[in-house]
Amino acid sequence: MEPTCFPAVSRVAVSGGTHGNELTGVYIVREMQKQEVDKVGSVSVTTVLANPRATDACRRYIETDLNRCFTNALLSAPITDSTPYEMRRAQELNAQLGPKGSEKAVDLLIDLHNTTANMGLCLIFDSLDWLTLHIYKYIQSKMTKMPVRAIQLNKPRSDAYCLESVGKHGFAIEVGPQPNGVLRADIYNTVKTAVDLTITWLQEFNSGCTFEGGEVEAYIAAKSVDYPRDPDGKITAVIHPKLQDNDFKLLQPGDPVFLSFSGETVNHEGEELYPFFVNECAYYEKKIAFHLARRETFTLPSIRLRT
Amino acid sequence: MSTHNNNNNTARVTAARRVAIFGGTHGNEMSGVALVNLWTKNGAEIQRKGVETRPFLANPWAVEKCVRYVDTDLNRAFTPENLSAPGGDELPYEVQRAQEINKIFGPKGSQEAYDVIFDLHNTTSNMGCTLILESSKDSFSLQMMNYIKKAIAPASCLVLLNEHPHLKYSTSRSVARHPVGLEVGPQPQGVLRSNIFQAMRVILKHALDFIELFNEGMEFPSCTVEVFRVLESIDYPRDANGNIIAMVHPNLQDCDWEPLNPGDPMFQTFDGQTVHYQGSSTVYPTFINEAAYYEKQQAFLTTRRETLAANAISKA
Repeated sequence: MEPTCFPAVSRVAVSGGTHGNELTGVYIVREMQKQEVDKVGSVSVTTVLANPRATDACRRYIETDLNRCFTNALLSAPITDSTPYEMRRAQELNAQLGPKGSEKAVDLLIDLHNTTANMGLCLIFDSLDWLTLHIYKYIQSKMTKMPVRAIQLNKPRSDAYCLESVGKHGFAIEVGPQPNGVLRADIYNTVKTAVDLTITWLQEFNSGCTFEGGEVEAYIAAKSVDYPRDPDGKITAVIHPKLQDNDFKLLQPGDPVFLSFSGETVNHEGEELYPFFVNECAYYEKKIAFHLARRETFTLPSIRLRT
Repeated sequence: MSTHNNNNNTARVTAARRVAIFGGTHGNEMSGVALVNLWTKNGAEIQRKGVETRPFLANPWAVEKCVRYVDTDLNRAFTPENLSAPGGDELPYEVQRAQEINKIFGPKGSQEAYDVIFDLHNTTSNMGCTLILESSKDSFSLQMMNYIKKAIAPASCLVLLNEHPHLKYSTSRSVARHPVGLEVGPQPQGVLRSNIFQAMRVILKHALDFIELFNEGMEFPSCTVEVFRVLESIDYPRDANGNIIAMVHPNLQDCDWEPLNPGDPMFQTFDGQTVHYQGSSTVYPTFINEAAYYEKQQAFLTTRRETLAANAISKA
């Protein structure tokens, strides 16, 4: 069967500090800027610190979460005096790296994130795209010392709210566990390797290599679960020790998920699903203790450059 | 509470009748916040005969915002200058708060001050359970720490002694006659982990048991306690603009309390070079890669191991 063809991926953007306290991306981008990385073979590379004010303050955001500001509606909303900083910044980034949905948008946007959850190395996609799934397959085949997983958020393109949806192709690299405001060398080295491998793959792709198809597994986000709370909204339980740090370990009905302060266990109900973002710090305010996903296998076609 | 030695070298210490448990001195260190909220709703677990045990949220505004501090670090704010500063509302929030806390639980250094304050903290460093002692001469606190260590064995609880002339700082707990810091990690800021929460709860249980036993008249014979004494603070390598140019080396990351020898890897630059420890002797690092200390110019603290002698104590 003929491979599926894609145009060359010659313009790549790497962004860090979309959340200002997720430090790996901040320092990877700063180092790339210090080294003046702007062209690697056939690939031109733009680096950007997405949320500079939040980065300076070492906070996730100043007024509102930047990584929720990239829906079509928010990107085209008029700017007024009361528009939050991050919404303005999203429109600036869209002008620089997009516009989203247009021919001018960068070919590939990679957004670097950290999580306090024990997720290892994950690539997060808004939608399924054979090209980016091939990049995932490639990274997974080369980084064998750790689990490398793919998560799909399952949203139509126009509703996609993350920065990476601005590029023609995009994904986030999410690595944990790392506390906010902390820079771990092992995680820095991991993310740097993943970014370098992506750029290597792009050069091979652009030079005409065919990448053989095959099967890949991905976790498809299904729903999220909040902490038990009291009538005042205060949480009344913590993630159960058997679930804590066990992202991607299948959760079956009856498995413990929460332990209340008074010692009662709350168990998982409903279908078997895979938990992830277990005890992510930033999600307490979003009312998410953990997400749940189905695991699916996809058959990737072979792909090569369209000539 | 006065202490003096009698002929047999037993320190006579007044009973500890007023004890406070501070959570949220740093608003994003969640174990203490959760424990204080829990015990404020239902304090049965922390009640002991003959002692008033008061849970207290030290920095409520920082807790509400889930930040370390609003204007300035509360756990550095209890200096004599701050505690007597005029200015009321104009003062930074935490300085005002320090003055309030000093009124309720102090005044620091006076006869009216609380007997014991336990100050609950979390760290992003892999320190496990650590008790922080402010004076090597505080036999009462040393005996308590000895009791706790034995009670939780084989689980570990180490003692960090900060008597350093420059590195010692004016903590919220320093208002009391016997300040006891409890630092448990690793836990990210803003996150509540079950194992860390439980560990802190158990240590406090034993600490309060000790106080109850002591107040009832139990004598504690002299003992020795292994401590780690703070030596110096080591900063990240930085450029001329103050930006860090290296990270804690993977070989050192998470290795709190393990020996760091001269020549061992210490930092890794962003382009992969190793910076080695240049000290003249082996030290025991702690507070390795604590998030809050980047702005305080500290990558880790070095300590040396010491054995302290604690006098026998009995109730005066």
